Amino acid sequence: MTGPGATAGEALSVHDLTSAAKDVLEGAFPKLWVRGEVSGFKAYPSGHWYFTLKDADAQLNAVVWKGATFKIPAKPSEGMQVMAYGQLTVWPASGKMQFSISQLMADGEGLWQKQFDETKARLEKEGLLDPARKRALPRFPRTVAVITSSEAAALRDICSVIHRRHPGVEIVVIPATVQGESAPDSLVAALELLGRWVRGESAFRGEGVPAPDVLIIGRGGGSREDLWAFNNELVARAIAACPIPTISAVGHETDVSIADLVADLRAATPSVAAEHAVPVLADLRANVAQLGGLMADGLQDRVDRGARELRNRADALTQRAQRVSERRRARLERIVTRLGQLAPRAIEKRRALVGRLAAALEGRSPLAVLGRGFVVARDADGRTLARRAAFAKGSSFDLLVQDGRVRATTDSVHADGPHLRTDA
Amino acid sequence: MSFEHSLTRLEQIAAALDREDLPLEEALKLFEEGITRLREANAALADAEGKVRTLLEQAEGVLEVKE
Repeated sequence: MTGPGATAGEALSVHDLTSAAKDVLEGAFPKLWVRGEVSGFKAYPSGHWYFTLKDADAQLNAVVWKGATFKIPAKPSEGMQVMAYGQLTVWPASGKMQFSISQLMADGEGLWQKQFDETKARLEKEGLLDPARKRALPRFPRTVAVITSSEAAALRDICSVIHRRHPGVEIVVIPATVQGESAPDSLVAALELLGRWVRGESAFRGEGVPAPDVLIIGRGGGSREDLWAFNNELVARAIAACPIPTISAVGHETDVSIADLVADLRAATPSVAAEHAVPVLADLRANVAQLGGLMADGLQDRVDRGARELRNRADALTQRAQRVSERRRARLERIVTRLGQLAPRAIEKRRALVGRLAAALEGRSPLAVLGRGFVVARDADGRTLARRAAFAKGSSFDLLVQDGRVRATTDSVHADGPHLRTDA
Repeated sequence: MSFEHSLTRLEQIAAALDREDLPLEEALKLFEEGITRLREANAALADAEGKVRTLLEQAEGVLEVKE
């Protein structure tokens, strides 16, 4: 044997040998899939994962470098049966053979499901999946924000459905990468951009485009791996933090993502999301027209009712007025009748009274005494001559007697005789 | 007033006008307001052409929408 390492004098360095072994091994084995059980898994703070792949008879050191871990949905569990794709190599620093893994799959949907369940559990624990957090979508959005790939059919579907339903709605696309390694960061960045706009945190040049009222975030159908970014925890948190209501539309109806769980509304597909986002303009117009009609009908009814009320009141008033005047007339008639009855009697009464008074007066008349034999002297003017001074000697006077008058002349006047008080 | 407000107010007015005990004068006042809201709502639903734009961030941190 000749060449390097053939003699003690030509001894190789450890580094040279392990490097050569590395080259040989990598040359002999292309990248390939290996099946085994995960044992002694450890994730290091550096971001690399180390574990042992084993079966009943053998074991193999395995490593997943940090850059590759991002493509694997979840850390494998202890004892999990996995298929690992990678390169068999030698790690010179340890001198050990190891399998450097770039893809890792559990049997069936194992790792995806694990990642989904773990992320869901964490978000749930923080209350981010609470149904009470779900916001109502705006009834009449003016601007719809769409976060998706600017190239994909999903965006064309969304735009055409929105403008078919309501041509006046503005659509603002915030392009994002929706699959592959960079997708989660790209989606988070798009959500942050939208948040800054809506919250007014960044200067904005937009010639009167109103800030969005609602967001559609999603993508069309694809493989589990294609949709994976929408199960990313950071993307889910960014959706939860979105200042406007969110509609998620990821893949097909059967695909449920973490984004779907955290969004305010899950739409089965991007087209369905667009239908949820905006109302149909014709429906709105019909609605407004109907309200106008209802209002007009309402007022018409109210006016009719008012007119009816007025008529009823007028009728009631007329009837009352009639009743009142009838009552008055009846009362008047009663008065007249009563007066008619009362008057003759009153006249009779008065007449009787007058008679009685006349009779009484008769008794008191000084002339009545004439009947009893007294006479009254009166001068030519009719004045009663009651005292002797009224009689001048030789003067004539009349003596009133019961049945006539006697002309007399004063012969003489004397002071004797009965004195009578006649001033009573 | 936004379309949403106009429509909500219209719904309230239509409901109020249906009430038996509404005084006629108030009904007329409400109807008058309703006509204003109806005009606003119809104006908001006038033919308009919404566009599809793209939101971009300029280098200096300024957001911009472009067609």
